[in-house]
Amino acid sequence: MIEPIFQTQGLSLGYGSRVAVTDVDLSIAPNQTTVLIGANGSGKSTLFKGLSRQLTARTGSIRFNGTELNSLRPKAYARQVALLPQAPVVPEGLTVLELVARGRHPHRRWWGAPSPGDDDAIARALSMTNLSGLAERPVDELSGGQRQRAWIALVLAQDTPTVLLDEPTAALDLAHQVELLDLLRGLRRPDGTRTTVVAVLHELNLAARVADRVIALKDGRVALAGTPSQVFTPEVLQDVFDLKADVIQDPTEGHPVILPRGRTESALVALPEDPLVGERS
Amino acid sequence: MKAAQVHTLRRRQARRHTLLLVGLFTAVLAMMAMRVLLGQYTVTIPDFFRILGGERIPGATFIVMQDKLPRALLGAAAGLAFGIAGALFRSVLRNPLASPDVLGINAGAAAGAVTAMYFLGAAGTGLAWAALAGGIAAACLIAAVSTSLGAGTGRSGIVGERFLLAGIGVAALAQAVVMGLMTRLSTQNAQTAAVWTAGSLNSSTWDRLTLVAAVLVLAVPLAVLVQRSLQPAGLGTELAVGLGSRPGVAQAGALGLGVALAAVATAATGPLAFVALLSTPIAAALHGGKISVLASGAVGALIVVAADMVGAEMLGEARLPAGVITGAIGAPVMLWLLVQLRRGKQS
Repeated sequence: MIEPIFQTQGLSLGYGSRVAVTDVDLSIAPNQTTVLIGANGSGKSTLFKGLSRQLTARTGSIRFNGTELNSLRPKAYARQVALLPQAPVVPEGLTVLELVARGRHPHRRWWGAPSPGDDDAIARALSMTNLSGLAERPVDELSGGQRQRAWIALVLAQDTPTVLLDEPTAALDLAHQVELLDLLRGLRRPDGTRTTVVAVLHELNLAARVADRVIALKDGRVALAGTPSQVFTPEVLQDVFDLKADVIQDPTEGHPVILPRGRTESALVALPEDPLVGERS
Repeated sequence: MKAAQVHTLRRRQARRHTLLLVGLFTAVLAMMAMRVLLGQYTVTIPDFFRILGGERIPGATFIVMQDKLPRALLGAAAGLAFGIAGALFRSVLRNPLASPDVLGINAGAAAGAVTAMYFLGAAGTGLAWAALAGGIAAACLIAAVSTSLGAGTGRSGIVGERFLLAGIGVAALAQAVVMGLMTRLSTQNAQTAAVWTAGSLNSSTWDRLTLVAAVLVLAVPLAVLVQRSLQPAGLGTELAVGLGSRPGVAQAGALGLGVALAAVATAATGPLAFVALLSTPIAAALHGGKISVLASGAVGALIVVAADMVGAEMLGEARLPAGVITGAIGAPVMLWLLVQLRRGKQS
């Protein structure tokens, strides 16, 4: 049995008086791509905030490589786990190179002295994301797809064995989504091992294509975790998304493909009161 | 892409910044030299060095040592402080209008100084402490008002236009305090009034210069460090946490340092209007749109010394205080920034 990279036990997370994730037990394996799915307000992003230390656990625990998350120092953790949030801010006037270089922050001393691996890591991140030719371009002049690749490059320059990505494809067209997910699935560490990728994805068919393992969340709890073919079944889709759908197998790549047929009757009659409406999930 | 290429590119970017700073600080020195040597009373360069060397030239020694030199030095020091304060505020609040002068930090510091002068008879270093207290009080008031304005919307804290509105309100309040107390201080001469209402270098003394210089010796390296520690926060809170930074701490530190710099400079020269507001966008324009605390400080120093030169020497008998000149240049620029801000939001 491989030691999980993340393990949560009885984990609850929330904002103020509102609880968004309840009693979650899950483990995420290293060197794999794990995708979190779930309807809006199901707690995906909240769970992500827990893993990336934006939120501290109400109850229960999150362990990273067997160590309690809270006992790790922020910079030491940031050398292990990188995060790409949904809506990062582009600072004024920054070039691609300067933006990507910001990913080196956890490798620097408190007074900001450059670390010896900076140039290598930045060069590698730019090459992997095909941005070498745009290194001196201001970030605000890039197209949406290029800009998203620049953010990925920042995360790669952080040079961590694990990356967390919160809806990395949200603003992209289909071709760019596929390009980005293929890049993420093929990520390798400098030593050749696979990077552990944990991503929140909305687009289920792309999730089915890219994921080794899928965790489906519903109402702040884990509904099911397993391989794409275990999770993407008509029954689970109905339960988790209130979605009536058929599932077929992709004829060339073999992963499940979801064919949506409509919203479930029961959901149409009585839409559940969603406690997290308006919250980005 | 090769690491060596990255290295070259990054070296080039760093060198561009260094060159910009060398250029700007040379310009500041040149402007200071003009301020000291030229004007209605000119001093030759050999005479200037003789005076510095301790030789007493009747008339010239007094004018250089008691007026022109301290004026130029204090102008540069205060401008540096205002410019750095402006850059720190801009980096944290990401709004070109969110500078300490628009937000009422300067006015709050002036109100603190005038209050201490009126009620406690404070002078010298005491005034600086009172100004600092006034600046901090203004900052706390803005934070409290903008937080309570935002209560219930779920987006409380020091963000966005609410912060700006609260700041403008606090600025008006502090200016009212200054004005009110100034009318009662009418036994004092008009020069004092000019210092606390508009800001002026007319009463530049070596004491005040020592105070500002001492603060700058500590604050300038600190500002460079603080700006570095702000880099992750500039990418948004979530990514900053992901990079192992504590964005809240860095931002609070930057604002605190900015308040202290603006307040101490105000204690020495009064609330020189719009220097902080002007210097950051000018310096950023020279630096490819990026904010640099040192470049912004140099531009601030340049603006103050130039404004003092224009006001005191180049308008004939009018002799306007430096704060009136910076205000006259700054007001249209502030309007322009406001228009730009609106445009940026619509596009």
